[in-house]
Amino acid sequence: MVQDLLHSSPGLLNFGIFFLMALTFLFVILGFVTYAILAERKVLGFMQGRIGPNHLGGRWGLLQTVADVLKLLVKEDLIPKAADRPMFIIAPVIAFAPSFMVVATIPFTDKLQFADLNVGLLYYLAISGITVIGTLMAAWASNNKYSLLGGMRATAQMVSYEIPLVMSGLGIVLLTGSMNLNDIVAAQEASGWYILWQPIAFVVFFIAAMAELYRVPFDLAEAENELVAGFHTEYSGFRWAMFMLAEYVYMFAMASLMTVLFFGGWLPPFEFLSFIPGAVWFGLKFAVVTYILYWFRATFPRMRPDQLMEFAWKVLLPVALANIFLTALLKELLNIF
Amino acid sequence: MIRTEEVLLNVGPQHPSTHGVFRLVLTLDGEVITNAEPVIGYLHRGTEKIAENLQFTQIIPYTDRMDYVSAMTNNYVLVHAVETMMGIEIPERAEYLRVLAMELNRVASHLLWWGTYILDFGATSPLLYAFREREMILNLLNELSGARLTFNYMRVGGVKWDAPEGWLEKVRDFVPYMRKMLDGYHQLVSGNEIFLSRTKNVGTYTKEDALNYSLSGVNLRSTGVKWDLRKDEPYSIYDRFDFDVVTRDGGDAFARYECRLAEIEESLKIIEQAVEQFPEEGPIMAKVPKIIKPPKGEAFVRIEGSRGEIGCYIASDGKKEPYRLKFRRPSFYNLQILPKLLKGQNISNLISILGAIDIVLGEVDG
Repeated sequence: MVQDLLHSSPGLLNFGIFFLMALTFLFVILGFVTYAILAERKVLGFMQGRIGPNHLGGRWGLLQTVADVLKLLVKEDLIPKAADRPMFIIAPVIAFAPSFMVVATIPFTDKLQFADLNVGLLYYLAISGITVIGTLMAAWASNNKYSLLGGMRATAQMVSYEIPLVMSGLGIVLLTGSMNLNDIVAAQEASGWYILWQPIAFVVFFIAAMAELYRVPFDLAEAENELVAGFHTEYSGFRWAMFMLAEYVYMFAMASLMTVLFFGGWLPPFEFLSFIPGAVWFGLKFAVVTYILYWFRATFPRMRPDQLMEFAWKVLLPVALANIFLTALLKELLNIF
Repeated sequence: MIRTEEVLLNVGPQHPSTHGVFRLVLTLDGEVITNAEPVIGYLHRGTEKIAENLQFTQIIPYTDRMDYVSAMTNNYVLVHAVETMMGIEIPERAEYLRVLAMELNRVASHLLWWGTYILDFGATSPLLYAFREREMILNLLNELSGARLTFNYMRVGGVKWDAPEGWLEKVRDFVPYMRKMLDGYHQLVSGNEIFLSRTKNVGTYTKEDALNYSLSGVNLRSTGVKWDLRKDEPYSIYDRFDFDVVTRDGGDAFARYECRLAEIEESLKIIEQAVEQFPEEGPIMAKVPKIIKPPKGEAFVRIEGSRGEIGCYIASDGKKEPYRLKFRRPSFYNLQILPKLLKGQNISNLISILGAIDIVLGEVDG
């Protein structure tokens, strides 16, 4: 349906439909993120020997994150006197918007996808790079030294880890010959999941993705204990909520992307299991990847910035480059792709 | 040419990783610290001056609030000083209760340090594990003294309360449980590559530095100096127990980490033996006069607290109140080396270095 609409002539009706669809999509994601955060808190609680949210909304704390978000939305809007007002206000939006834009290209099943782009992977990586501008703006506009240090770290980290991320993704593009995420999944039906063919790429991609998401052990940008709260030290209320939401949407988007790239998206693991709908398979794989991300958060301490940079440039990048070379060899020799 | 300038960064007094109201004025060149100036005194309550107007029993609750993480040892140093002056003989049972309380408190104190130190590095789980075990100790001490943090348990001549029924058995059961948990701690954190890279060769100082700066406790022992007052100048009944003085040679943050965890094990050994030797019957208070009046003169005693040597100096002119009371507060002395350690370090080493010293601001400010 979306394809037909895209090719029809522009008009008010078209615009209306697109707008409504985007709005629905936004709310679906927001609702999902709300409960995924609850899941994270529950999983963390379970790993840390405590219960987690258990008061609001019954025994499982089902309304806890909803209440948290509402509380943040109605909080007093504070802007520091010395801050650069326009930049301070626009920064969360710039950080927030791309996180939703990237979700548009993720194929949840073979039919359920918002935009079937030929350059889906490239689009994802390019758009997600915009967020760092928001981060840097927030850091600069806050006029706070902690924010600035946090923002600088965030930028350096993002720029450094973007490269191994793209390079490890290239192996898959080489195998498939396409950047279309739909094609990438479809190609895995014949050859098997790419985690089998691209284990090195997966490890590099996973680590770089965690750094991109500012997750533990790479959460230096908001290293609470040394930089107070990093780039969003001065933010509170709904602006802060926007940063946090952006981060979480990215996390789930990245988990979806990893599912698509390495775990065969909506494909069942075995042929005889194909009676179960693709959406279920996607959900299961997605849940596993997300669970690992939660798990990491409960386990690891944080790295030091200089070690982090060294790791990106001296370890991840060479490994990713070697992987591209290996992949090319594999493709040439095996001849099954 | 890019024009660069040094940045003055004010860390604290409200800052998540200064572990209290501690302020550091840093001069930064990029992310490198060129100068560090600690500012203390935000928690100063004038304990020593207040004490000059109080009777000795009334001073004990004030000592609780100096090193509030390890209040039992602070209780002890005061009553020990008064007892030394008056030459009071302490009943066996009271001595054992004191040692048990102090060693349990030492374990609790090191646990709190372990949890918060790892939390400083961004790992949240260890804190909760440490608090789970610390909670058990606090419950034990609560049963003994009626308080969870500021115990006010010891008195001149003995202790305030006897151990309740079944308390010793609970302590006996706690020891193997804690040993098991300690293994888990090692598995979770001690071998973690990220943790090692953040603590090894960070905040290193030599044996000479440590002695020159008058460091004590783990901060001294981590440089290889075998000095523990429980062994070297045994007070109370510590000469009856078999335990080792833990030392490491590294002198870095990781050496201090290892020392503290190993000290928990040594404390557990002492607790185990104390429970075995615990006298069945006996008074918990010596015969002391109703009003405690140390004779004219002065006395200085020192003991091994959780953070180092706690000293107590009393000058008495024969009245109910001390003429002058002075505490040697180990955190205060241990903190003095901080500016030297910070100079030239990356700012992200700040928390690693500060945390490894293990200060309690109530004790620093007095």
